[in-house]
Amino acid sequence: MSRGSPAMSSIRSVEPERAANSAGLRDVDTVPTARKLWRLDLGWAVRRALPPVAIGAAGLVAWELVVRLNQIPYYILPGPLLVLKTLVQDWGTLYPSLLVTLAITGAALLVATMAGVLIAILFTQSKLVELSLFPYAVILQVTPIVAIAPLIIIWVRNIPLALLICAWLVAFFPIVSNTTLGLNSADHNLLNLMQLYGASRRQIFWYLRLPSAMPYFLGGLRISGGLALIGAVVAEFVAGTGGAQSGLAYRILESGYTMQIPRMFAALLMITGSGIFIFLALTALSHMILRKWHESAVTREG
Amino acid sequence: MSRAVVQLQNVDKVYGNGVVALRHLDLNVGEGEFLSLLGPSGCGKSTVLRLVAGLGEVSGGRIEWPGGNGRAGLPQGDIGFVFQEPTLMPWATVFKNVLLPLKLRGVAPDEAAGRVREAIAMVGLDGFERAYPRELSGGMKMRVSIARALVTHPRLLLLDEPFASLDEITRFKLDNDLLALWARQRWTVVFVTHSVYESVYLSTRIAVMTARPGRTASDVAIEAPAPRDEAFRTSTLYNDYCRLVSARLAEAIRS
Repeated sequence: MSRGSPAMSSIRSVEPERAANSAGLRDVDTVPTARKLWRLDLGWAVRRALPPVAIGAAGLVAWELVVRLNQIPYYILPGPLLVLKTLVQDWGTLYPSLLVTLAITGAALLVATMAGVLIAILFTQSKLVELSLFPYAVILQVTPIVAIAPLIIIWVRNIPLALLICAWLVAFFPIVSNTTLGLNSADHNLLNLMQLYGASRRQIFWYLRLPSAMPYFLGGLRISGGLALIGAVVAEFVAGTGGAQSGLAYRILESGYTMQIPRMFAALLMITGSGIFIFLALTALSHMILRKWHESAVTREG
Repeated sequence: MSRAVVQLQNVDKVYGNGVVALRHLDLNVGEGEFLSLLGPSGCGKSTVLRLVAGLGEVSGGRIEWPGGNGRAGLPQGDIGFVFQEPTLMPWATVFKNVLLPLKLRGVAPDEAAGRVREAIAMVGLDGFERAYPRELSGGMKMRVSIARALVTHPRLLLLDEPFASLDEITRFKLDNDLLALWARQRWTVVFVTHSVYESVYLSTRIAVMTARPGRTASDVAIEAPAPRDEAFRTSTLYNDYCRLVSARLAEAIRS
């Protein structure tokens, strides 16, 4: 896109107004009040976060009470306080494993994004390519990763690479299918307009199809972020490698064998926390990119 | 009549699904006139505009550009098109939306910026260059759409029921602004509408079309004083023309 014009007027944003209810006389004649369209409303955030946090806290207290009152042994069900204590105590072992799992997840998501977008672009270049290849993308998607992970681990000697491939296989489909849908849903009239002005295929792609696909792609990315983590963990379970390069799944397996159930819970907590973090980070990314224009990111009062 | 900008001769249009949109349509668009295409919905008015704009091929007959050979006489950039919906890029500011036609044609950024500002000022949206479409009202979005059509300095402006989805107060205002611009710039305008009142108010000539398959049934020249305003909208002359055009439209639909 081209640069914005330099000496623009001081009015940076205008009163958001619903198109339908705008009265004609107010059209243009009113001076819009400059107002931030998007701001972090702390009160609103707290009110929204309060109910789920309260439920979570109540659940944890109940869990701790049940464990204590019934004197459940820690190797059956540890209480949340013990899990937390173990997390702190075993940080030295667990944290490197977390990094290993996150590295594979991140790499898989990155490769899935690049490959997914490229494949989607390929699909939209020709209907024949899409028709020929899409079924295979679906087959890859519906085949349970647990079932093919052992094969991949046998074929690919390099374990981290094998894990990466497994995680990638799980993560790439939402990006491919969403981006393909997005590239194909450019406004028909805008396409006509670009034809009218003699736009080349390349111009139509860059100026119209790609921005139209952005919300769809970001939606796919959010799903793929979680899937990449799941793919990485599942593959680690199957690979079951030991040593320094072990991810969190191996820590869980190991804890199971040695009855260190609190550590198992601590590792599980780390995986869940990572998943939530990935989701929130991608949601924030999506909001940042779309907040200026897309309905999904618009906050309206009332 | 003045020199023709474009002539449609015996034009047929049959769509792929077998729908015959136009049959034996003849239409001359004279230079500098404000021509309205008036007809019932589905009569092929929009199809005429799309064919003239080169957004489709005729199935029969021909479209002549007396100014030159084929469309070479009127390069596509000389046509401005305004759709029924504002059809703006939601991810781009007002400035970038209006800039699009110039960018597609490779106009140098400095020159383009000046022309964009000029076009935005023309439709009365100065100060809104950095606003996004969703921050604008329906009428303002339509103004952006018109600015985008004007930015290439077109000789022929095609408008496809541009104000149909707006409320009446906004529509009146945009009608007046469009007339004022036309009086200043004197482009040739082809305006598609299904409103008798709007067509009488705006046009120098009205081509009344039949129901599908569409062709022109009659032609009414509106001979009214040039600065048209609210006084004209309430005059007897206006009323008489509305009655006449309504009668012609009723005839066209029956035939």
